[in-house]
Amino acid sequence: MADAMIEADGLFKSYGETRALAGVSFSVPAGSVLGLLGPNGAGKTTAVRILTTLALPDAGQAWVAGIDVLAHPAAVRRQIGVAAQDATLDGLLTGRQNLVLVGELSGMRTGQARTRATELLELFELADAADRVVKGYSGGMRRRLDLAASLLTRPPVLFLDEPTTGLDPVSRQRVWEVIRELIGSGVTLLLTTQYLDEADALADRIVVVNHGQVIADGTPRELKERSRSAYVEVTLAEPGPEAAEVIAPLVGGQVSVSADGLRLGAAVDSAPGLATALVRALDQAGMLADNIEVRQPSLDDVFFALTGAHVPGEHNGSGAKGTSAGQGGPGKGARERESEGAQA
Amino acid sequence: MTPAIAQRPHDAAGTWLLTHNAAERVRNVVSMTRRNLVHISREPMQLSDVTIQPVLFTVLFIYLFGGAIPIPGGSYTDFILAGLLTLNLTTSTMGTAVGLATDLHEGMIDRFRVLPMWRPAVLVGRSFADLLTACLCALVVAVTGLAVGWRTSAGLLSIIAGFALVLFFAYSLSWVAACVGLNSKSPESAASFGFIVLFPLAFVSNAMVPTQHMPGWLQAAADWNPVSAVTAGARQLWDNPNPSASTGAWPMQHPIEASLAWSVLILAVAAPLASRFFRRRTTG
Repeated sequence: MADAMIEADGLFKSYGETRALAGVSFSVPAGSVLGLLGPNGAGKTTAVRILTTLALPDAGQAWVAGIDVLAHPAAVRRQIGVAAQDATLDGLLTGRQNLVLVGELSGMRTGQARTRATELLELFELADAADRVVKGYSGGMRRRLDLAASLLTRPPVLFLDEPTTGLDPVSRQRVWEVIRELIGSGVTLLLTTQYLDEADALADRIVVVNHGQVIADGTPRELKERSRSAYVEVTLAEPGPEAAEVIAPLVGGQVSVSADGLRLGAAVDSAPGLATALVRALDQAGMLADNIEVRQPSLDDVFFALTGAHVPGEHNGSGAKGTSAGQGGPGKGARERESEGAQA
Repeated sequence: MTPAIAQRPHDAAGTWLLTHNAAERVRNVVSMTRRNLVHISREPMQLSDVTIQPVLFTVLFIYLFGGAIPIPGGSYTDFILAGLLTLNLTTSTMGTAVGLATDLHEGMIDRFRVLPMWRPAVLVGRSFADLLTACLCALVVAVTGLAVGWRTSAGLLSIIAGFALVLFFAYSLSWVAACVGLNSKSPESAASFGFIVLFPLAFVSNAMVPTQHMPGWLQAAADWNPVSAVTAGARQLWDNPNPSASTGAWPMQHPIEASLAWSVLILAVAAPLASRFFRRRTTG
């Protein structure tokens, strides 16, 4: 994979008895965003620590920007920006001093580092707090400053380890906006997250890890299709008692009908062209559909299908779900309400 | 599967010092020194170690014990000043241990470790910042001493040499403190180093009282204590009363040579050890 900017090949790592990584491989093409998704303790941070030269694997190999991480870590450090899970900032320095220090230690001249720091403080809406000591910053401000620190030298490869964990929805939203701007600038980004909606909203590809192993790898859409748990909902113009019989063969399963007979719902295997087929079938039976909606499963469904367990903390993250537009259908919250309605 | 990786080639002892060119190393050390100085200025406790504590100690010792302890050949005030300087500088090296332990504890070291910086700057910068605060401490002690009646008839160069002797010793001790900080699980446990090691080291010496009245075994320990050599060296250079000169131990007969030898020895052992601990603590 010649133009992979980040590549992990068979990484193993144990801490004492605990096996953090048990043969993890993935690669991130240049200019793309990989979401490394998994619950707490899945091994995401360990993988990031190895790729960013902070830890050595027990076995396996890794390359960043084409450089062998194990053989030439110093060269790798010139190519990467890192925002660690616990924002690694100096609490006793001001925001500006933190950025200038990181710039200087990255080889920038002081003047150059100051200019860039001012630029980034503006960009991350920290200009007002720039000369305050970081100890007094809120969680969201710390994360933004940490992101700014990782961008100081405009590195081509970025690692963001759980950039929004522990943030309130508003702060989370702002960090997302910042990351979206980065994505537009052509960097290669590896993002770890426990939040399915976050990976869905930001990543081109998702690698799901659990217990130190990759359990799935694909685009958000592919992963959703793999869970085979799409849901179709048909709203009729007028109540049609025989509608359920008409669509049953197409959805291949149980059809639920609402009390007023207007709305029909069914769990289906994700199938392209299903909506069209339904319209056609209803039309032939002389019925008019007001609306047909095939909803993609949420990534929580995917995770459940892959691991048999729900993702811890997922519900905390659903507040910001509304932004994951383009991935089909309403947000998770809405979906849950509707599912309940359909069962009732 | 590739074979297990034992150690990266560049992490081998010695070679980590040789990355980057001289100008980059100097710039990194300057940045780290400045960072640690900002820290000290923002941590009232740490700053009080080198400002309020020396004033307090100087005044307390001179007025509390001054009248009670007879010093052959001079006043207690003239005797105690060199002792107070070594006492304050010795105990304030605890700050190095606590500071490094805090950096490790709070993950700040991880930020430095992903930057393409000259890594030894983390340790060297801290030692320089501590040396600068030690200079401030020395100034505070000297000014307080002058205010309460300390006098010296020595020449200017000799006076400066006396301060330099003590500061060099404090600098070497800060590398011992770095070793302790790098092996501490928390800043709190690093702080206990001060009470367990530094206070006995500072007090079982000729810094506060002449050693002649101590029990034989204790006097032997005190006369060979590096703190005693440094204190006696400063007294000799400042022409202040130095009762230790009449004891038979070699370091007390040659305090300047002995204290330089101690400082060089401590530095030669502690600095490589600290860099070894640092690499061990920051690998894997």
